[in-house]
Amino acid sequence: MMKEETIRIQNLSTGYFGKKGTKVIAQNICATIPSGELTCLLGANGAGKSTLLRTLSAFLRPLSGEIWIRGKRLTDYTDKELATVIGVVLTEKCQLRNMTVTELIGMGRSPYTGFWGTLSPKDKQIVSEAIALVRIEELKERMVHTLSDGERQKVMIAKALAQETPIIFLDEPTAFLDYPSKVEILHLLHRLSREMNKTIFLSTHDLELALQIADQIWLMDREKGVLVGTPEDLAIDGSLENFFYQRKGIAFEKETGLYRIDNEYWTTIHLDGTSERNTMVQKAFRRNGIHATSETDSEVSVLIDEVHEQYILKLKGKEYSRYSTIKELLPGALELLKDRNTLKNKSYDER
Amino acid sequence: MLLLVASILVLFLLNLFLGSVHIPMDSIWNILWGLDGDESVIWQNIIWKSRIPQSLTALVAGAGLAVSGLQMQTVFRNPLAGPSVLGISSGASLGVAFVVLLSGSIGGIALSRLGFMGEIALTVAAIVGALSVMALIVYVSQKVHGNVTLLIIGVMIGYVANAVIGVLKFFSVEEDIRAYVIWGLGSFARVSGNQVTVFICIMAVLLPLSFLLIKTLNLLLLGDAYARNLGLNIKRARLQVIACSGVLVAIVTAYCGPITFLGLAVPHLCRGLFRSSDHRVLMPASLLAGAALALLCNLIARMPGFEGALPVNSVTALVGAPVVVSVLFKKRRNDMNE
Repeated sequence: MMKEETIRIQNLSTGYFGKKGTKVIAQNICATIPSGELTCLLGANGAGKSTLLRTLSAFLRPLSGEIWIRGKRLTDYTDKELATVIGVVLTEKCQLRNMTVTELIGMGRSPYTGFWGTLSPKDKQIVSEAIALVRIEELKERMVHTLSDGERQKVMIAKALAQETPIIFLDEPTAFLDYPSKVEILHLLHRLSREMNKTIFLSTHDLELALQIADQIWLMDREKGVLVGTPEDLAIDGSLENFFYQRKGIAFEKETGLYRIDNEYWTTIHLDGTSERNTMVQKAFRRNGIHATSETDSEVSVLIDEVHEQYILKLKGKEYSRYSTIKELLPGALELLKDRNTLKNKSYDER
Repeated sequence: MLLLVASILVLFLLNLFLGSVHIPMDSIWNILWGLDGDESVIWQNIIWKSRIPQSLTALVAGAGLAVSGLQMQTVFRNPLAGPSVLGISSGASLGVAFVVLLSGSIGGIALSRLGFMGEIALTVAAIVGALSVMALIVYVSQKVHGNVTLLIIGVMIGYVANAVIGVLKFFSVEEDIRAYVIWGLGSFARVSGNQVTVFICIMAVLLPLSFLLIKTLNLLLLGDAYARNLGLNIKRARLQVIACSGVLVAIVTAYCGPITFLGLAVPHLCRGLFRSSDHRVLMPASLLAGAALALLCNLIARMPGFEGALPVNSVTALVGAPVVVSVLFKKRRNDMNE
């Protein structure tokens, strides 16, 4: 399938028109969104993600600049036309009672149905195709108000599919979901963008997931505006690293291209080992403020005995004690480290 | 649905059959079809001038209130919304209060003595009052974004109207207050003669009009943003629904007095019975159920044994409340089982 530029944004400023002048949220956004790709909009709370999405879906008027959708200005679309071009999935929950999943997805056909909103056999077929694409056949007859958050999210995506729009905007589709459901939803959207050549644009707070699944990332920041690129390019040019520059406790790992929690450490110890146990011990120590690495020498050190699957705590190169789990290793190591520290301080005082 | 139609037929016939004067079934049959019989003129008058107009009024008014209630509940996405909530009934009451209470104090004549002219004046006053409040609400609805805000403003308008009525009452003659209170109790019997024809004609136009909004209402169920994304112009939709619903209430209130409860209860009853939110089902269901319930209430209000008739308002609540509560309870249990 041919990828084409479905959305073009030129010098767009978003915000609100108020009685006391306008409130600008984001300025001078220039970017394009192609079809057949999953584009994720990342940004901290209050960066203007929702405002941008609302502006793009024509719920809000742009303060200035232009939005071109498939070669036509967004403002030139009528409500009816727009309903067949852009489908949305929102964060707001529908307070629907006594409506089945199939009925709700059928509402996605409204722009195409006649005066009474009755579904034709063709409409019904499109609805069941949408259900099949999202793989929620088992939910078909359920009442909407009995669904879990993840299930409802999928149903709303199916509704957007039934709407048969080339573009789908989703506002935080992964919020309130458990981890597997988040992954599932993002995979689903990625698959849909590929299989149906849809233009899918979503905002999310799930950084690690977005960096792994998205084809394009938009980094949105109140001061710096919007940065666009593949997750990999943004990792290489340092944009991702700088993105949370002023925020403490977050570090960007260039090796993996992902964020991790950055704990400050108060001491460094030597760690010897090769397997995945090595990484796990490192991780556990880091959580306790200890930087464990093979590139340093220290009085207290840890050796991983791969043969016996044990952790050996060493003091000045001699075996101090052995542990079979990290749970046991940690308190042992911590106690020893603290002892040595006080000892050091004491001898320092005595001198 | 068929059951509802059948029950309407049965209730309608019962309404003709039962009353403080006993008329045998075959005589009613003869009178209805204009067959020659030995039926007295009195009986003919009772049927044609009292029971038939009253039953028809109840039928149409019940349908109108129920449909209006359904529209209000959907557009405000609030299960407690009803025709009376937006202050439209209060507007009608205010109009009537002005006419009834001021005519005594200022004009020096009690309206109750004016007879036919008085009735017309009442109807006109009620319609003017209700429609002016509705115009106000529609105007506000274009300015205000939130549904809840609009709902609260409606309730506030209702309070203001009631307060003005209170002031008017304070300065009025006792006789007029009584007339006003009786109007306020609601009755299907007040409409008589030509007015029934007018009333039914108006409603026969308005009720089908409300069916034109079915798709709009279904879309509104999804919430403003989703509805808009599906191509609905929210402001216009809201205007249409409120106007349609408001005019229905205004007309019914003008002719029958402020009849509470039916408009609030019937939509809930239908949602419970049909387990659906689809207005293609709910709209006709509410219309029929509203008509049936109004006929039932009218029947109970005139139960043989009572002198005269009980106020309709008391009966609607007394009969309707247990029915609705039982339906809701059953529904809740079903929900838990799911």
